[in-house]
Amino acid sequence: MSFLQLERLEKTYPDGTRAVVGIDFAAEAGELVVLLGPSGCGKTTTLRMVAGLELATRGLIRLAGREITRLPPSQRDIGMVFQFYALYPHLSVRDNIGFPLRAAGLATPEIRRRVAALAHQMSLQRLLPLYPRQLSGGDQQKVSLARAMVRRPAIFLMDEPLGTLDADQRLALRELIRAEQLASKVTTLYVTHDQEEAMCIADRIVVMAGGRIRQVGTPAEVYDRPADLFVASFVGSPGMNLIPCQVAGRNGTLQLLSERGQLRLDVPFELAARAPSTASATLGVRCEHVHEDRDGPISGRVLIDEYCGSARLVHVDTPCGRLVLRADAARAHALGSELRLRLDATQASLFDAATEARL
Amino acid sequence: MRADAGRAGQGPAGMAGAAPFLTLRAVSKRFATTRALEGIDLELAADELLVVLGPTGAGKTTLLRTIAGLEQPDTGELRMGGQEVTGWEPSARDVALVFQNFSLYPRWSVRRNLEFPLRAPGLNLRGAEVERRIAWAAELLNLTRRLDRPASRLSGGEMQRVAIGRAIVRRPRLFLMDEPLTNLDAKLREVLRVELVQLRRELATPMIFVTHDQAEALSMADRIVVLSEGRVLQSGTAREIYERPVSPVVALQLGHPAINLLRVRRQAGQWISADGTPLLRDEGGGPDERVLGVRPEDIAWNAAEAAPEGVVRVVEYIGASTTLVVDWAGECVHALVPGRAAARPGDRVRPRIDGARAILFDPAAADGGGPDRVQRCLPPAAGLRRPDLRLSASLNPSKEMP
Repeated sequence: MSFLQLERLEKTYPDGTRAVVGIDFAAEAGELVVLLGPSGCGKTTTLRMVAGLELATRGLIRLAGREITRLPPSQRDIGMVFQFYALYPHLSVRDNIGFPLRAAGLATPEIRRRVAALAHQMSLQRLLPLYPRQLSGGDQQKVSLARAMVRRPAIFLMDEPLGTLDADQRLALRELIRAEQLASKVTTLYVTHDQEEAMCIADRIVVMAGGRIRQVGTPAEVYDRPADLFVASFVGSPGMNLIPCQVAGRNGTLQLLSERGQLRLDVPFELAARAPSTASATLGVRCEHVHEDRDGPISGRVLIDEYCGSARLVHVDTPCGRLVLRADAARAHALGSELRLRLDATQASLFDAATEARL
Repeated sequence: MRADAGRAGQGPAGMAGAAPFLTLRAVSKRFATTRALEGIDLELAADELLVVLGPTGAGKTTLLRTIAGLEQPDTGELRMGGQEVTGWEPSARDVALVFQNFSLYPRWSVRRNLEFPLRAPGLNLRGAEVERRIAWAAELLNLTRRLDRPASRLSGGEMQRVAIGRAIVRRPRLFLMDEPLTNLDAKLREVLRVELVQLRRELATPMIFVTHDQAEALSMADRIVVLSEGRVLQSGTAREIYERPVSPVVALQLGHPAINLLRVRRQAGQWISADGTPLLRDEGGGPDERVLGVRPEDIAWNAAEAAPEGVVRVVEYIGASTTLVVDWAGECVHALVPGRAAARPGDRVRPRIDGARAILFDPAAADGGGPDRVQRCLPPAAGLRRPDLRLSASLNPSKEMP
């Protein structure tokens, strides 16, 4: 049995809003699983049901072999980290970190010993005598992380823990969270709307939208083989280029649909063969698989050239719609200039136009 | 090797000829004991998107409010469209401000929210003109089908579009945007920042866009001004600042993952790290102690030749590229590798710095590169527990590799 199991879990609020519409997934012991999705997708509600801060309308939650669906939060053995640091302002950092141990009735010398050991491990020693108001946002969130970790709970639940921090602090804290999680091997459920954060930190990602799970997979699976059009456009920065097309018989070609007639594109036979011939489909191509090529089949004009430091994202207006390609940072593209493009079809995905599911 | 922490990029680039639309000269502002702005000089061309980038508390918002006329500078002068406007009322300046918080009337329809600024006293627009402008803004912002919906029932992205709509219907002379995308989902931010650049270009109205998000700054800016503690540290195109930052403080403002900063000293024709690892050939000149800045994409993570070894600590796959965190030369170094690097935590690798793209900062230099600042920039010596982490990472490989 998995360490954390959610079975047919549902949450309907009294006003009829269905926040979570029957989800199933499992996390293995020691795994870091990210719940990823846009605002309102049900990810935070799911986390709060595991925490016991919301009660499930239907379904089951099992943690470490125990059913906990209706237990109060205090009996679930969880460590929670919120978006807002939620530290006790009148307690020093030392007492904030020690608080869960004091609540659990540990003796003072033992509390001091454990707090000191954890502070050393997380390089927080110099903060111990300070009060929350004397700390930067990043340091406050580190303390809140330490407070969740000091007790070594069965599971960490983290709700957008990097949410309100500046960019440089986000990166440092993200790395700290992952390092501490790997070292402690405590199973972790982590909520974010930021797909890059999810890609970087997760063992597995659960992509959610509209209260449902769209895909569960490793970062590489979700990025390379998105289960549907939503995942294809939500994951990745930018999301996949999506091109309407038609499967042309069994000769292994797709016809990309364009406003001005059709373009032919050779694609690997298996890809086209997955769809019934003449079916309408959507071709998905990542920006790093769109290349400038003088002999490429698609022509277009540069709309925007986004400089990103280590690369450029060039948005090109083509007969197949807007395509974004990843290009060398060293060479700028003049707005309005003409480009010809080639798609690396071996790296493409194909989706059913009607069901939006991967073919 | 690049020129010492190049001074290029100082001063307004690419504005030769045309007179700037907006000029700030030596603008300073204090609140009680806090110096919010300290001798700001700044120019904005008539058709330019200027990004003001800086951490929380840098003075970005005060700068915008001063330009809008919501704050009066203690000293200095503001000129707009050739006139001095330093003492002018906000309404007389004809600028539009968009805030991080959408500040819409939640019960009003989108139409009424867009109409409100057009009914301001003194504007005296005819009814037909008001209708025309609402329809135009709604069309431009893809809100036509939302016009009759109350603002409270819009998504976050739609609300921010309405807030932008309220700014553009007035056809102001200047847009001032104060972190307008910060409260939105990451994905939406990415889409809206592109829309905003296109919209501004169509309107051909100058814009100052304030943000602390380096990706937004790089992607949107015609020019960037880096602000810190109320002072302009550097201004230039995104590429100038990214490639030739004047100081470690500026270098850290752009780039993700952040630039690697390593303390180095000269020894026998090499720049060596604090633990004695040779990192780079020394091509002579300047002080013997420096801070070496290397962008993560300028480190080859596994050079063929005999080079000092490092150990991979973390592998982060982010789609088009992979970030490796490597323990190397007594430091913790980030390398950005195109595609999927076939590396696992615990692997021994041979990183190599691209000498042509590395930057040597002088820690003793005056403007922002001083020793105290460098100290604050450098990563803490004992960031994470290394032995533990290496052990656990090898037991629990974090990412699937092909």
